[in-house]
Amino acid sequence: MNELTSPSTKPTWREWLLAEEPTSRRQARAVGWYQGWLAFRSNTLAMIGLIILVFLIVCAIFAPLLATHDPYAQDLGQRLLPPGFQGNLFGTDSLGRDIYSRLLFGARISIYIVLLVAMVAPLIGLIIGTIAGYAGGWIDVVLMRITDIFLAFPRLILALAFVAALGAGIENAVLAIALTAWPPYARIARAETLTIRNTDFIHAIQLQGAGPVRIITKHIWPLCISSLVIRVTLDMAGIILTAAGLGFLGLGAQPPSPEWGAMISEGRKYILDHWWVATIPGLAIFAISLAFNLLGDGLRDVLDPKESGQ
Amino acid sequence: MNAVEIRDLNVWFGDGASRTDAVKQVSFDVAEGESFGLVGESGSGKSTVLRALAGLIPSWDGSMRVMNEPLGLKRSRQFHKTVQMVFQDPYASLHPRQTVDRVLSEVMHLHGVKDVDTRIEKLLRDVGLGPGFRFRYPHQLSGGQRQRVAIARALAPEPRILLLDEPTSALDVSVQAEILNLLADLREEHGLTYIMVSHDLGVVGHLCSRIAVMQLGELVEVLGVAEMRKLKAQHPYTRHLLDSSIQSVR
Repeated sequence: MNELTSPSTKPTWREWLLAEEPTSRRQARAVGWYQGWLAFRSNTLAMIGLIILVFLIVCAIFAPLLATHDPYAQDLGQRLLPPGFQGNLFGTDSLGRDIYSRLLFGARISIYIVLLVAMVAPLIGLIIGTIAGYAGGWIDVVLMRITDIFLAFPRLILALAFVAALGAGIENAVLAIALTAWPPYARIARAETLTIRNTDFIHAIQLQGAGPVRIITKHIWPLCISSLVIRVTLDMAGIILTAAGLGFLGLGAQPPSPEWGAMISEGRKYILDHWWVATIPGLAIFAISLAFNLLGDGLRDVLDPKESGQ
Repeated sequence: MNAVEIRDLNVWFGDGASRTDAVKQVSFDVAEGESFGLVGESGSGKSTVLRALAGLIPSWDGSMRVMNEPLGLKRSRQFHKTVQMVFQDPYASLHPRQTVDRVLSEVMHLHGVKDVDTRIEKLLRDVGLGPGFRFRYPHQLSGGQRQRVAIARALAPEPRILLLDEPTSALDVSVQAEILNLLADLREEHGLTYIMVSHDLGVVGHLCSRIAVMQLGELVEVLGVAEMRKLKAQHPYTRHLLDSSIQSVR
């Protein structure tokens, strides 16, 4: 490997990325990422998940180009047409709107909700869990009892209460879901912190005079984040369904907007005679949930420090 | 001058009924530049003394002084600059997600060192690692190489006193000798004071000039290495320890 990395032979990108002895901070980081990517790529199921997810995101981005109809245009003469009939790929719903076009625009809303929740909830959980785990004592007791109180409420009911207090709408639904979703992350982060806190590498940095904020953010967070990322990808399906549930109850995305959960609840009335109205958005939720689950499984193999450390 | 003075040190774990006294009424002095060994069986409290001195165990009483400064529960910045520690298990003492460079540069940053790049290169040379190791992760290093990185980290703030908690017991025999020689060289070069914990009398005899023997949390005897070599121990437990050590060699 030595002769490959020496500057005189001008290494290829691949050799540069697989160097045993990186020569700069930037290269060391790139090597780490590339090796993670190689491990991830060898996991077929995770790659399938990633491909589905990228496909859905591309669909959401290019929705205006891909859609065949206006997702809001109603045509009562064309209502409840079966899939493939009169140029409607997935049929039409009870107001004659094209389901295929609504699905594409709905992907924007659903992915937006999922990503916002996925950024807010684990962050709250990470901060609370690591502080509780590292500080211990009464801070731990207070923070964990608050977590217990949040965990004791049924999730949808708590989200309903928040939305009722904050007002209906997508942003408030996101906030409500995030506020109900953080306790499990706090629990995971605390459990991880408790095992990390007493390791010698934490003792070593304490001995160098590092303060608690530096230890938590620079030494404990990097080791907690991987298990949280995995948990988040596995929770994505639940987040979409909670958002759909709120939409279903009229407290999330508001009626004309093509959010997938709201589309299912509209189709509920026709499910026996016109199956496609509820089934098509249901399949979309299934696809994105499955993609996230497969991705989460693959990420666990790549990110788990207990396995990759050896 | 004494680098370290410990008087009537008690260390305990737990409270009330579950309280166990790990160290009882231990007193000893270590002169500046001396290399002092703490020996005993596992569970004798020798590592606990070291960890209490380092500030990793809050439940202690008695008095500890480092360079004539009395130690409280919270340690000062100056203490961290003066006293550093090398841990037993090099597989557990390096952060699994940080490169050697990251570990060392963070320590430099904490102690306000300028000119980080040249210092890191010098440190790595000092502990016998080339610059090729600078951007490696711990899992790319062998046990001996990891321990060298841990030693480099401990040396980064240019300490006066180095606490060594069985620094070689997790390593292969051939690597043990390398690390011991490295520690001996570094002591000579930097004029360091060592306090070393070990259950291996051979290792302590190689590196230390004076040893303290501990049993069940109490310090039973302090003797020079010359006396130890001549098997002139006073206390029966020390004699027992020396006998069993000799038998294991035979």
